[in-house]
Amino acid sequence: MLPIIGALVVLVGAAFMVLAAIGIIRMPDPYNRIQAGTKASTLGVVLALIGLGIYEIDLLPKLIVIALFVLITNPLSSHALARAAHAAGVPLADETVRDELAAARAPKVIEEETAS
Amino acid sequence: MAEIILVTALGLAAVALIMGLYRLLAGPCTVTRAIALDLLTLITIPLLVGAAVWAGRAVYVDVALVYGILAFLGVLALARYLEKGI
Amino acid sequence: MIFVDVLVCAAMIATAIAAVFQRSLISAVIMVGFISLMVSYLFVRMDAPDVAMTEAAIAAGLTTVIFLIAIRRTEDTESGDKE
Repeated sequence: MLPIIGALVVLVGAAFMVLAAIGIIRMPDPYNRIQAGTKASTLGVVLALIGLGIYEIDLLPKLIVIALFVLITNPLSSHALARAAHAAGVPLADETVRDELAAARAPKVIEEETAS
Repeated sequence: MAEIILVTALGLAAVALIMGLYRLLAGPCTVTRAIALDLLTLITIPLLVGAAVWAGRAVYVDVALVYGILAFLGVLALARYLEKGI
Repeated sequence: MIFVDVLVCAAMIATAIAAVFQRSLISAVIMVGFISLMVSYLFVRMDAPDVAMTEAAIAAGLTTVIFLIAIRRTEDTESGDKE
């Protein structure tokens, strides 16, 4: 019974990975791609690792450690990528209504220019 | 029964790999390619664990552990380069 | 499991060809990183986990950073044209 439950959890995780890949293909600009890809792929990878741990019960502690690493590092790297994209001047999609990071960065630049 | 479900999940992971590969090869800008590399790294970690389960050796999981720890350093270096240069 | 191996080999060949014809050098570095990722997976499939671990550590962490530093010191794109 336990291997079937584990395999079903792995199947759900793989389905989330496919959803993340579809989101990366379909979304119009890099920020939406980060938003669609990272969350779904994090959940999918964690589910797949836990499911494989249930399938092979000996591997479960090590796989939980890997899942914890993925949970910590993946939001970090996607956050850094989003900031880098905004700093590199990648244009937003046409449907975007507001850009609060640019509004937060703009007054500081004006102050520095007037001070110097 | 469980093996059939696992092979189906493997096929779904292969489909996700193909889609991410399309975005890696045809991405319009460099940031998009970095995002696709991030996703492909994440998809490969369960594939490595699946290869370990398939071979029946618990030692092979260590490769996935090392990759999970170290792979995000490359993406972090890329992001830092794209933001202001190393 | 064998069809994933065939898919990985085909993906490596396609990515290598695309990396050769890429104008932006950062994109080529990203593609080389993907190729080393797939090489690590193939090493695991060929029952060589220690080689795969070394490949993962060196290629994921070190090679990308060294390539980026080298590109930083020189030109960003090939023959000076913008992406």
